[in-house]
Amino acid sequence: MQEIIVNIMLSAVLLTDALFLLVNGRRRDGMTAKQRTMLIRIFIAAAVLLGLQYLKAETFARLDGYLFPSAGRWVRLALYLADYFIIGHDILKKAGKGILNKRVFDENFLMAVATAGAVILAVCENGDYLEAIAVMLLYQVGEWFQSYAVGKSRRNISDLMDIRPDYANIERDGSIEKIDPDEVAAGSMIVVQPGEKVPIDGVVAEGISCLNTSALTGESLPREVKAGDGIISGCINMTGVLKIRTTKEFGESTVSKILDLVENASSRKSRSEDFISKFAKVYTPAVCYSALALAILPPLIRMIGMGLSADWRTWVYRALSFLVISCPCALVISIPLSFFAGIGGASREGVLVKGSNYLEALSQTGIVVFDKTGTLTQGIFEVNGIHHNRIEEERLIEYAALAESASSHPISKSLQRAYGKEPDRSRVRDVQEISGNGVIAKVDDMEVAAGNDKLMDRLNITYIDCHDTGTIINLAINGVYAGHIVISDIVKPRSAEAISALKDMGVKKTVMLTGDAKKAAQQVADSLGLDQVFSELLPADKVFKVEELMKEKTGKAKLAFVGDGVNDAPALSRADIGIAMGAMGSDAAIEAADIVLMDDDPMKIVKAIRISGKCLRIVYQNIVMAMGVKLACLVLGAFGIANMYLAVFADVGVMILAVLNAIRCLFVRKL
Amino acid sequence: MKMTYRIEVDCANCANLMEDAALKSTGVKHATVNFMTQKMIVEFAAGQDPKTVMQNVLAACKKVEPDCEIFL
Repeated sequence: MQEIIVNIMLSAVLLTDALFLLVNGRRRDGMTAKQRTMLIRIFIAAAVLLGLQYLKAETFARLDGYLFPSAGRWVRLALYLADYFIIGHDILKKAGKGILNKRVFDENFLMAVATAGAVILAVCENGDYLEAIAVMLLYQVGEWFQSYAVGKSRRNISDLMDIRPDYANIERDGSIEKIDPDEVAAGSMIVVQPGEKVPIDGVVAEGISCLNTSALTGESLPREVKAGDGIISGCINMTGVLKIRTTKEFGESTVSKILDLVENASSRKSRSEDFISKFAKVYTPAVCYSALALAILPPLIRMIGMGLSADWRTWVYRALSFLVISCPCALVISIPLSFFAGIGGASREGVLVKGSNYLEALSQTGIVVFDKTGTLTQGIFEVNGIHHNRIEEERLIEYAALAESASSHPISKSLQRAYGKEPDRSRVRDVQEISGNGVIAKVDDMEVAAGNDKLMDRLNITYIDCHDTGTIINLAINGVYAGHIVISDIVKPRSAEAISALKDMGVKKTVMLTGDAKKAAQQVADSLGLDQVFSELLPADKVFKVEELMKEKTGKAKLAFVGDGVNDAPALSRADIGIAMGAMGSDAAIEAADIVLMDDDPMKIVKAIRISGKCLRIVYQNIVMAMGVKLACLVLGAFGIANMYLAVFADVGVMILAVLNAIRCLFVRKL
Repeated sequence: MKMTYRIEVDCANCANLMEDAALKSTGVKHATVNFMTQKMIVEFAAGQDPKTVMQNVLAACKKVEPDCEIFL
């Protein structure tokens, strides 16, 4: 009965082997040369074994008549031995090398000893060589599958993440040439046709078009560009031809940097991976010695203690099954693969995770701290009202805009926009910018002070407060209060949705930090449903607040800080997880943060946490499944109920299931 | 000084063993083996010649995993 099963199995191996060779063997990315060679060896060994099985011992006995007595046995032995060496020579070599290098007790050694022992026994009895070779064959098939499955998944994930274009178009002598993007020096002119990917960062010199940024952000919202606009590599040019002057080399462009980042992210190990590594270091020797004990002790006890026959064969066989079952490969491979797939899947959604540890930490986020401007709000201030002005509105704006003309603060920019005209800087002198307060400058020989109530207090000017919420810029000309301008920031459309989603997911506290006035900040916080607000903070205070909040963490909860990356670097590094938003095009943000969100949609934070949750769930599923199945098979194996074939299933089957499960981490589009 | 090398290693366990072997080699300040991307990142101790140190690392790795390759 067992023979029939084995024959069926051998045929199955032969068939699938041939299929694999035919379908995948030729493609370079199907398998490595080593794998292909092994596949051929397996094919030959299985074919020979199947053939030899059909020609039973008696057939060979007929050779006795032709050659010399017992020729049949010798020929049969030679053929079986040849088959054994075809399939097993590398295991025997590795076992030998292991002994020389003092790493005696590993899988190779036990496999070599057991199968060699079985062959010797079969020689003495002219009996069944089948088992020895079948075991070796199955082991090699198992190892091959492992190597193939992991290699293939790894390559698939890497390919999915590869958003880099392979060529750049350069205009030479009036015609367009395709060249390697590495060869394009910074400052050169490249052409990007509709439908092509932008290969290198630069500035649009000529042309108007729409860009598809989905490769970077995961969203297919089109972005318009025209001459003078900056353009990022990785975007797909949709409608018009663009001529671009490159500002960087290919290796320094956004798309290459993102790819490097994501690739190297899996080098930063998560706590689960560290645990599994340590576990494997303890587990593997323990299991080897147990297997050895299982092989040696029962026979010895039987011989010496109970006076029975040693029955070495049964126990060595059981020890071997034990060893094959217990291989921790499924765990050691599937967990890094899960994180790798998770990081890859996230990067396609525009969530760049810089380390497996960050992906793991995200799902444990208990406190989320937001910077207000540019994160929860658009960061575009608009002048909303002018009150209590002693001079005409236009002149008030004019003086305010001129005083602020040297500043790049968003408030200054909004004043300049409201002014509408290009500020004549020659009218402005002696500009003093006081951080957190405002600006004092000489405009047309008049001393103009534009700032918040703190600035007015400083200059001892009584000001009139506003009942409207928003940021108030008080104007004082020559020490006399001139009125105030109300500027407000618009909340992003999805901020409220994001905050409530975060709360649903179990985030205990949502906090907002801002330098804005208390009333304005409170209004934003109320409209979004935030738990805590800290307003009127100086830029340096934000880090201190983050540190304070870090102390409020309970248990394993982590604190995430979300900012725009440009001036939030200290807070980003201080938090457990630093998240930078709207980072497309900002090298500083990509450098400073642990997680980089390419677009500026707050819901991406929610998505990132969901991806992390899915990844961790899959990791735990794999751990439980692998350990559970293996433990059960180990017990069965030690008692002899399981045989070698079950052992191989427990090893290879579990590994394949774990790998397939791990790949699910890639599919995060719908989260 | 940090350098990244492409490696070829079949099983994740062996990758971990390689990382341990590399960490113990003379002249290596820190080493990380990334099985997923098949890369090894080595940080060399001050004043060490990368070529000689990598020969040590390669020898150590071959002892624990004869099938591995490091593309120097």
